Amino acid sequence: MAARTRPKKPIRWHIGVFLAPAVLVYTAVMILPLFGTLQLSLFRNIEQSQVFVGLGNFRTLFGDPNWSVNFWNALRNNVWFFIIHMLVQNPIGILLAALLSSPRLRFAAFYRTAIFVPTILSFVIVGFAWKLILSPIWGVAPHLLDFVWLKSLFTPWLGKEQYALTALSLVSVWQFVGIPMMLIYAALLSIPDEVIEAAECDGVTGMAQFWKIKLPLILPSIGIISILTFVGNFNAFDLIYTAQGALAGPNYSTDILGTFLYRAFFGFQLQVGDPNMGAAIATMMFLIILAGVCVYLFLVQTRLRRYQF
Amino acid sequence: MSTATHSLPRTIGAHAILLTYTVIALFPVILVIMNSFKSRAGIFGAPLTPPTPKTFDLIGYSTVFGQGDFFHYFQNSLVVTVASLFFVLLFGAMAAFALSEYRFRGNTLMGLYLALGIMIPIRLGTVAILQLMVASGLVNTLTALILVYTAQGLPLAIFILSEFMKQVSDDLKNAGRIDGLSEYTIFFRLVLPLVRPSMATVAVFTMIPIWNDLWFPLILAPSEETKTVTLGAQLFLGQFVTNWNAILAALSLAILPVLILYVIFSRQLIRGITSGAVK
Repeated sequence: MAARTRPKKPIRWHIGVFLAPAVLVYTAVMILPLFGTLQLSLFRNIEQSQVFVGLGNFRTLFGDPNWSVNFWNALRNNVWFFIIHMLVQNPIGILLAALLSSPRLRFAAFYRTAIFVPTILSFVIVGFAWKLILSPIWGVAPHLLDFVWLKSLFTPWLGKEQYALTALSLVSVWQFVGIPMMLIYAALLSIPDEVIEAAECDGVTGMAQFWKIKLPLILPSIGIISILTFVGNFNAFDLIYTAQGALAGPNYSTDILGTFLYRAFFGFQLQVGDPNMGAAIATMMFLIILAGVCVYLFLVQTRLRRYQF
Repeated sequence: MSTATHSLPRTIGAHAILLTYTVIALFPVILVIMNSFKSRAGIFGAPLTPPTPKTFDLIGYSTVFGQGDFFHYFQNSLVVTVASLFFVLLFGAMAAFALSEYRFRGNTLMGLYLALGIMIPIRLGTVAILQLMVASGLVNTLTALILVYTAQGLPLAIFILSEFMKQVSDDLKNAGRIDGLSEYTIFFRLVLPLVRPSMATVAVFTMIPIWNDLWFPLILAPSEETKTVTLGAQLFLGQFVTNWNAILAALSLAILPVLILYVIFSRQLIRGITSGAVK
């Protein structure tokens, strides 16, 4: 082997051997199906055969009220789902990380481990556990509210159209707050001591130090958690499916793109599943996620890079 | 928040906030596990108290073990997770080595191509993946799930591992080459043992989403034979909506293995995240 690689311009077979398994599996199971799905969205099954219809499926998706009402509803809900994550999950994550990273804090390892526990649980557990807790039958939630004299505020949140989506978004926030916490915590730990010492020499301490010194330095990480949240939210499915079923009740009020895709693809109750319409919805999700990633890469990343060390 | 101002009120405030949030994070988990050991009357009568001799009851667990074939589901999940993990780590490390060690035409392009999957979720290709699995006769087999999860885990694994492989000393590898080791021996004997800690980090990152996934088992392998524990729990919970003992017991059984694994590996996981692997 060694002798064969010695000549001037050898073909380095080992590079191919090292790359091949990963590239093959990744291409065959991920990239090709992804493009296959984009392609399927341009076809329609007419009399047992796939017929090219151009943008016909998208015309149905946006033009036919049966589809478009559901699509816009799912998209609107998904945007709200994302907004709640950005407004609640990420600030709480940053706050917890800032507190955890304070020097000489006792029990930091315990807090870190405990707060990350929900993140490792499956959606099935999380969805069902919260469904039980919020259920008026069990009465844990009103019982707890009674402790803080707010029992009158209790309603079966998951069962009411106007609250269900917000309640589920908050459950999802509860589950995933560990991720921004950990990433920001890592970023805060990696700030060089000299920077902090210099700030202290100039009398910038406490809250002011956080806002003026640390926050600008962790902006790239905030960018990363934002895009991770975006991709995760517009791809979400499991929590809604476990807590509210494929119909995303009550009355589609918790329907997001993931559950909409599932219903279109597999069908439900009276409607037959349609892979081509499913592919069209997946294509829309792909474009939304791609747009988000592009905005992140071109806008945020280039602007934030100057803060990196 | 800084060394100059660790005054007492500030420390107490920090502990108060962190403790409050810890309670919020753990409360549902503890509540479910606690109530799974109670009788029906105990669950509804006093949900917030730990089981007493009077309310202690294992009826939920006996229902679960009598009804669902949880041991079998558990085995399926284990096979799928371990096999996917093995392939992600092996193929991922090999590709990461090729990308970080050799300079060849298209290196950067290949790196970008493989990184694409970090941002674009594999779930969007589901329609065509199902067609592919139907065409190759892999529907309702664990192989289908293993293939999908391997593809899903590879991009992040390659990305993280190639960062770490760049740090392995060139002198060591060149010394191996002078001693006449083949490139394969250098990889398996010299480089792999050195990146073992980062492999563990990647393993934990890869494992959690695979174990917890509901989407692909639901679509690719919903048969009784190939159900994973997540899907099994989901269907079981759907069937036993009114049997609260059974539901709480099933939830606890689903929580415990993950929780135990997490407590064992949490140091590794947290060290992995905080070592800047995901920047």
